[in-house]
Amino acid sequence: MFTGGSQFAMVGTVASGGAPMAGAATAAVLGSRNAFYGFGLAPLLRPTGARRLAAAHLVIDESAAMGSAHRGAGGRLAFWTTGLSVFVGWNAMTLVGALGATAIDDPRVLGLDVAGPAAFVVLVRAQMGTSGARASGRHLARRVVAWRRAPQPWVVALVAALLALASAPFVPAGIPILVAAGVAVVGGWRPAHADQLDGSEGRPPSEPPPGGGR
Amino acid sequence: MWAAVLVGAAACYLLKLAGLAVPERVLADDRVRRVGALLPVALLGALIAVQIFTSGPRLTVDARAVGLAVAVVAQWRRASFLVVVTAACAATALVRALA
Repeated sequence: MFTGGSQFAMVGTVASGGAPMAGAATAAVLGSRNAFYGFGLAPLLRPTGARRLAAAHLVIDESAAMGSAHRGAGGRLAFWTTGLSVFVGWNAMTLVGALGATAIDDPRVLGLDVAGPAAFVVLVRAQMGTSGARASGRHLARRVVAWRRAPQPWVVALVAALLALASAPFVPAGIPILVAAGVAVVGGWRPAHADQLDGSEGRPPSEPPPGGGR
Repeated sequence: MWAAVLVGAAACYLLKLAGLAVPERVLADDRVRRVGALLPVALLGALIAVQIFTSGPRLTVDARAVGLAVAVVAQWRRASFLVVVTAACAATALVRALA
């Protein structure tokens, strides 16, 4: 299981008294975002055979963000180098953490619990710079029009954040992230200005309205 | 326990593979492309919010919010990745030390 969110979700579920299989289910649900990263990366990587099997293992937040921040060969290079270096670094440091967990009294004293979110801020910024300009291929003009109709990425990020916070007190850990994923599905499936209400296919399960968060 | 770990790991890997293996025809669909592009933004936005503003099931505002603010400003000023992360951690640690 090389996908950090899922690892944390599984450990968190089991540590808080959940059944191991419930932890596995939570991990799988949270890992489903990698399938969507794969959708985004497939046109870039176009992997086949053993390469596809290897590429699949390296599809994570970091490699997807770096890969999709560039086009063509640059994107492929970014994906593979990011994926491989995170794979090596992550697993090496996991081993260090497992062996030396008692050496550090509390990582919070060093503010290390903010390292992840701070890194995500950088990744979000990288995503925003490209997602509006990624139209390419045979139907460029049509795609550009379609892209312009899609909601702004920062609006999607903000709504997703608010929905996640609004739902966090009411659902198990990990689920708020999936609720937020529904924002992208709805936002992307039905362009913001579309006047017909045909976007119900991608709507997430009922959840509390935004605004409960801050 | 280890069976659950293996089941979870297999599920996570197969989901990744499924994402890469969808046919070209599906990928050519504008709606799928838009959703694919917006998903990372939505997920990262939600991950940031949850990791900064929650403690278990409770919503909280603490030293982590300062760290996030520092990260946003540093990123806005086009600081490098390491600077953004280090500054955010340092700011959070500082607030905790003062509190």
